[in-house]
Amino acid sequence: MTDKLVVRNLNIAFGEKQVLKNVSITFPDQKIVALIGPSGCGKSTLLRSLNRMHDLTPQAMVTGEVLLDGHAILGAKVDVVDVRRKVGMVFQKPNLFPKSIFENVAYGLKVNKMGDKNLIRARVEEAIKSCYLWDEVGDRLDKPALELSGGQQQRLCIARAIAIAPEVILMDEPCAALDPISTLKIEELMLGLREKFAVVIVTHNMQQALRVADSTAFMYLGELIEYGPTTEIFNHPQHELTQRYIQGAFG
Amino acid sequence: MNRSTWIEQLGFGVLRLCTLLVVFLIFWLIIDLFIKGGDSLSWIFWSTFPQKGMTAGGIFPTVVGTAFVTLITALFAVPVGVASAIYLSEYARDHFLSRLIRASIRNLAGVPSIIYGLFGVALFVEGLRFGTSVLSAGLTLGLLSLPYIITATEEALKTVPKSYREGALALGATQWETIRSVVLPPALPGITTGIMLGLSRAAGETAPILFTGVAYYLRYLPGTVWDSFMALPYHLYVLATQHHAIEEVRPLAYGTALTLLAMVTVLNIIALQIRYRFQSQPTG
Repeated sequence: MTDKLVVRNLNIAFGEKQVLKNVSITFPDQKIVALIGPSGCGKSTLLRSLNRMHDLTPQAMVTGEVLLDGHAILGAKVDVVDVRRKVGMVFQKPNLFPKSIFENVAYGLKVNKMGDKNLIRARVEEAIKSCYLWDEVGDRLDKPALELSGGQQQRLCIARAIAIAPEVILMDEPCAALDPISTLKIEELMLGLREKFAVVIVTHNMQQALRVADSTAFMYLGELIEYGPTTEIFNHPQHELTQRYIQGAFG
Repeated sequence: MNRSTWIEQLGFGVLRLCTLLVVFLIFWLIIDLFIKGGDSLSWIFWSTFPQKGMTAGGIFPTVVGTAFVTLITALFAVPVGVASAIYLSEYARDHFLSRLIRASIRNLAGVPSIIYGLFGVALFVEGLRFGTSVLSAGLTLGLLSLPYIITATEEALKTVPKSYREGALALGATQWETIRSVVLPPALPGITTGIMLGLSRAAGETAPILFTGVAYYLRYLPGTVWDSFMALPYHLYVLATQHHAIEEVRPLAYGTALTLLAMVTVLNIIALQIRYRFQSQPTG
């Protein structure tokens, strides 16, 4: 089992507010890791640091290291576009562009100049098929993507992310805005993604972590409290905070 | 009817009355213009030069002059304005200097237009030696319309959800690719409306062109940007106050006013059309 992403002594502060405190964690390849913890514990910030999305917050102060296959991805000298091409992201709310279904999935391929027209078409089809969407949208790729249902939109967001063949997929509460049936479809999809990618997911849903994650990390007030195989974390938590959180004592 | 619904009814009544008053004044203005100047409108009025010391003939050179100078204004102000707005909204970080720049641009919209005129003389006519010309006047009007264009463009860019930007960046798009392909298209209707409003404001101005290029009367049309020109708003001013036979030329003045109003209205209708087309077309 190889370590895809390694985080070492990561500190992130937004202005005066310290959001991550000396976090060190590794994310293995071809596994799903769930980040859990109460709101404001820093799990989304940790996730967003893995593809440099925290760059968008102007007052972010970052120290520490994040390594992708051993190469540092933080720091001004790193090609952030290259990092984001390798580390894809799916957001809490589906954020498709007001373009056609095809153009949405083709977007990343086009901006990264990944192939000619025919190759792009083939890759778009492949990505949509691997998100089990082809039967639903295959015959109307030129229709506006925003006309799809919420669940379909989120699966198309995943298709859009995997179309450019990233190495890691980050998911920030991808089912928070979805109904239970759509949620199950996305979870099924995640288990399929694990065969090709390292997957990191932030979730508020404990059952979801149990269903999909190989490992689970519990965070609290910016610190990583406990990290281990999901069944261990849920059945034999070592830390009292973890135990209380998964029992629903706070959240 | 109890007390609070009565007060609500009264409130709505006042609001409705204010709206009606505005509509009434606008209609009165237009109808008055038509009654007094409608007769002078004709194809010949728009297509011939003034004759007999402006007491007869048409306003052809003023229509051409205003169209020409507005074109120069647009060529200067649209790219500069939109580019500044993109920089301020998408690239500039929020610090003291950028806030100062933003506040200055907002305040520029409140500067009296005669000040722009004097500035235009100092910078374009004298400083850069462009002389009194279409170019000097167009650039001066460009400065005047810049704050409108910048502010409208910034507002339009702000309405594009942050999630679009995040989505594109997360797919490995550069910031410029994100702006060009994801941020600008949905903002375009708002930007266009701002541009048209800014240009129609500029097209109707007299003071900024007064010293920078407009002429009382010319026998020829401006052939290049270095020529002087006649313009609708200034011609109207001349006919209304500077002419030796004001009473005699009054119908011509009203006809000129109607023409200016029509040109500005056409610009606004174009803006509405563009807005409508962008909103109704299937996105993709």
